[in-house]
Order: sequence, then structure tokens, then C-alpha cells
Amino acid sequence: MTTVTLASKRRRAALVTAAFMSPWLIGFAVFFAYPLISTVYFSFMHYNGLQPPTWRGAQNWTYVFRDYPYFWPALRNTLWLVVVMVSLRVIFGLGVGLLITRIRTGAGVFRTLFYLPYLAPPVAATMAFAFLLNPGTGPVDSILEAIGLPAPGWFNDPAWSKPALTLLALWGIGDLMVIFMAALLDVPREQYEAAELDGASAWQRFRFVTLPNISPIVLFAVVTGVIQTMQYYTQPLIAGKVASGVIQGAGTQFEPGFPERSTLTLPQLVYNLGFQRFDYGSACVVALVLFALSMAFTAFLMRRRGGLNLAGD
Amino acid sequence: MAQVLDKPMTSAPSLPPAERTARRRAVLEWIAVHALGVAAALFFTLPFVFVFLTSLMSDSQALSRDLIPQVWEWDNYRKVFATPGFLTWWRNTLLYAGLGTVLTVVSSIPVAYALAKFRFRGRSLSLMLVVSMMMLPPQVVIIPMYLFWAKQLDLSGTLWPLIIPMAFGDAFSIFLLRQFLMTVPDEYLDAARVDGCGELRTLIGVVLPMARPGIAAIALFQFFYAWNDYFGPQIYASENPGAWTLSYGLESFKGAHHTDWNLTMAATVLVMAPVILVFFFAQKAFVEGVTLTGVKG
Repeated sequence: MTTVTLASKRRRAALVTAAFMSPWLIGFAVFFAYPLISTVYFSFMHYNGLQPPTWRGAQNWTYVFRDYPYFWPALRNTLWLVVVMVSLRVIFGLGVGLLITRIRTGAGVFRTLFYLPYLAPPVAATMAFAFLLNPGTGPVDSILEAIGLPAPGWFNDPAWSKPALTLLALWGIGDLMVIFMAALLDVPREQYEAAELDGASAWQRFRFVTLPNISPIVLFAVVTGVIQTMQYYTQPLIAGKVASGVIQGAGTQFEPGFPERSTLTLPQLVYNLGFQRFDYGSACVVALVLFALSMAFTAFLMRRRGGLNLAGD
Repeated sequence: MAQVLDKPMTSAPSLPPAERTARRRAVLEWIAVHALGVAAALFFTLPFVFVFLTSLMSDSQALSRDLIPQVWEWDNYRKVFATPGFLTWWRNTLLYAGLGTVLTVVSSIPVAYALAKFRFRGRSLSLMLVVSMMMLPPQVVIIPMYLFWAKQLDLSGTLWPLIIPMAFGDAFSIFLLRQFLMTVPDEYLDAARVDGCGELRTLIGVVLPMARPGIAAIALFQFFYAWNDYFGPQIYASENPGAWTLSYGLESFKGAHHTDWNLTMAATVLVMAPVILVFFFAQKAFVEGVTLTGVKG
């Protein structure tokens, strides 16, 4: 008798759990598992959306890796962005976080001003920077020339387009500032006091007290930064399009990665292959490369203790 | 440092020399920190200022090297609103962001609650998959998703392929809210259960009122996500200007008004302004949400 009620109680609990989880379970199946399997399937098919898909074997793969002229530049750009943009963002975010914890007068105002750019919609922010950095006539170049410095071509110069994107990324540092600020305020004060008694300099206190305490958050910022870079799409696309003077509309063709493929990223290739060239099969190959890279970093993030805290279990 | 501000400097001369140098160092440090703060504030705010000033210039002046308008052309903003399509983009953006946010919040709450407070087999696996979905670039599954919505359901040229999925939980919202709900003590839930509340009543009556800051955070993030989204509208709505959103339409604005940087910057201000305004009303929820994503377990 008791076992029956226990069993029915368990069944009820399982049903309740399933009911609560159902929105996500359906979402996972329809918007994640099914399309992911389809992406693998299409990566081996020739498909342009008009004729039914036909088997193509590994040809899409060899095309993307060997013959598609945008793949390797995009991967190289991603590497550049991961090394330069992500590390500068983390260093600058930490610097601004340190600064904000030491500001006593008007801290709230400073914090709000530092945070606001993070909220600017990416398209609007990129348009604004395309204008600010417009070669020759933009305010930034005007100021640089006024004080006698050389004025770069920014988004119009392949050597300067990625630094310009980095500048835009540094401007939107607000999220990292908040995360670092919370971590810095959590460092036990006694450790600083002990270090000071030992005669540690400011740098030594930072190196031997602050850094070890916040290193999980630094790691978190680096890995999420890398994952964000894998998804980096809107800013390089808009910067390239505005700088090259392309007029947008339905079916507009544009040369991706202007100037000279210097602003290409992997997500742009999925768009280029799938929605400009209607080569859905090859687009799926790039999508799978993107998937593999993102999941590798996600796995790293989840395995590191403190990296992404799923505990509390 | 706080003492420096509390006590007036006039008392300094009567102090012993060691304390006096310490105080002088504290004042110098205060000056250095705040000078750096002002420099950083200029870096973060000047782009907004230049964009706003340019939005008030005449066509020709916007292309010149001037930084401040000679004549303040407030009429530029009227011209932007009068541009064909601009009001439609507003309506579409509000539909996408508004409806999308409501659907996300309603569908993500029960999932986050189950992941935070139920013990069941497959819970950690589900949580891992939620995080994986959160980290996945949208481009990974876009080809099959596009073919599904456009070819099978014939919904391209609308925003529905972007809104409907939001009724099935959003990975980031689920994760964030789950992190928040972990901080709600189990005792409250047990008390409700002892009183004979079912799980649904416990969730609605006990948990939701306590989870208000967390819900505010996911609602804000989802609203901003939809407001800022460029890729989604580009894939599904590009062929039909009647379905464009502000983020997608803004770029075409530059095209329609070739070199009119003044009008383009006025439109840019109008796309940024609502986000900034909402932030000022909901600052706390926003900052708490950002902190939750990374720091607390």
C-alpha cells in the first residue's frame, strides 16, 4: 500500500517537473537539436533552396577549406580579435573596474557614464563610430590633426579597421566594469591590511592580493570574451558596409569584409554563403566550424571551477 | 581616503609630521584618481556628445570639420520622423521587443524555477544544455531554421520567426533567473508546501514576489536583445521593408540619405535614446543582472 502511494507520488512529481520544463524541452528540440542535426545533414548536400537537395559528399567541406577565398581570412581575423581585442577588453575593463572602486566623489555619476556605451545598440554605436572615425572629416581625425598627430584611415584602411573595431569594443566595456567591480569589492579587506603591514607596495598588493582573488572572474571574462568573438557579426558588418558606401536593401550584394577582407568574421560567411550565394550546403560547413569552436570554449568555461559557477547543487 | 574628505584641511598643520605626509599623499591620490576618472569619462561620453552635436548641424556643416553647430537645426529630428518607414520601424521594434519580452519571461520562469529548486534526474544535463544554447552563435542553426520558417511555414518577410521561438524559453533568461532563484531560501518553499500549496501556487504566490528583481533583469535583457538585434531581422525581414526594425532600418538610413551625416546621426540618437531612458528607470535591475551572469553561484 505504502509503496503504491510512494510510486504514484513520484510519478506526480515527475509529471510536475516535466510540465515546468516543457517550454524549454520543446524549444530545445525544435530550435536546437533538430536544426543542429539538419546543419550536419545539409553540410553534405548540394542545396540552393530551389531544387531538392542532392548528395555532394565532402565537396562542400573541401570547397570551404580550399577554394572559398573568405574562409581563412575570416579565421585569421577571429584569431586577431581573440588575441588583441579580447585581451585589451579584459585589461581595460579591469582597469576601469579598479578606477571606479577608488573614486570617492561622484562615484555614481562616473559609474553611470562609464556604463552607458555598453547599452548603445550595436548598429547605432557602429554607425556613430563610422562617423566619428570617418577619414579626413570625422571629429577624431580633425582632433588628431589639430594636435599634430597622423590621422589614420580607420574603417577604410585594412591596417586600421580591426583597431577601429577594437576601439569600439573598448568603448562598450560597461558589462566587464560591473563584473570586475563586484569581484574587487569582494576581496577581503584584511588581506590588504596584512599586506600593507608587511610593507607591500601598491603593485605588490595588486599582484599578490587582488589578482589571485579575482582570477576566476578574469578567466570568466576571457572565455566569455572569446565566445562573444565567435559570434562577432553586427559591428564588423556594419562598419564594412558603411565605410564602403553600400546602400542596403533587399537582395543587396556587397563585398564582405571591406576593406580587403579585413573585417570578415566567421558568422558573416554563413550569411554570405547561405543568403547571398544560396549555397546552403557550404554555409552549413562554416556553421559547423563555428559550432565546434564555440562548444570547445564553452566546455572549457564550464569545466573550470569558478569559471562559470553552476554550483549550489 | 574618506577621512580626508570628512575633516577639513585646516586641521592639518597641527598634526605630527608623519600623519601630515600620509594626509598629503591621500590628497594627491584623490586628485590622481579623479583626474583619471574625468579622462575616462571623456572617452566614454564624447562619442555621444559628437553624435548629438552633428545631429543638429546643417547638411554641409556635418561634412565639414566643425565640431559645434553654427545654426542648431532642431528640424533635423522632424525630418527623420518624416522619412518614409521610420515610424513603421518603431512599431515593428516595439512589437518584436515588447511581445518577445512578455513571451520570454512567461516561458522562462517555470523552467528556471524547476532547474533551481526541483531535484530530478537529468537536471545537471539540462543545465549544461541551457548554457550550451546560451553560448551558441545564432548562425550555427540559421540555415535549417530559415528553411523551416521561410519555405515550410511561408513566414519570411515577417518578424514572427523571431517572436514565436521566444514562447519556448530563452536560454540566457533561464540561466540568469535560475542563478537568481538559487538565492531564495528553501525554507520559504517548504513552508508553502506544508500549507498545502501545489508547485504552481508556490511559484506564483511565494517565489515570484521574491524574484521580482531577477525577473526585471531578464525582461530588460530580452527587451534590449530584441531592440538591438540586427541578424534576425536581416535574415527574416530584409525582403519586406514593412517588417524592418529600427536596428535593421537604421543602416539603410545612411543609404537613403547618402552623405547626410546630420540626419543619419539624428536617427542614431533616436535609436539609442529609448535604451538609455529605460536604463535610467531600471538601473538597479540592470546592474544586478550583469553581476549575476558571472559572479554569483
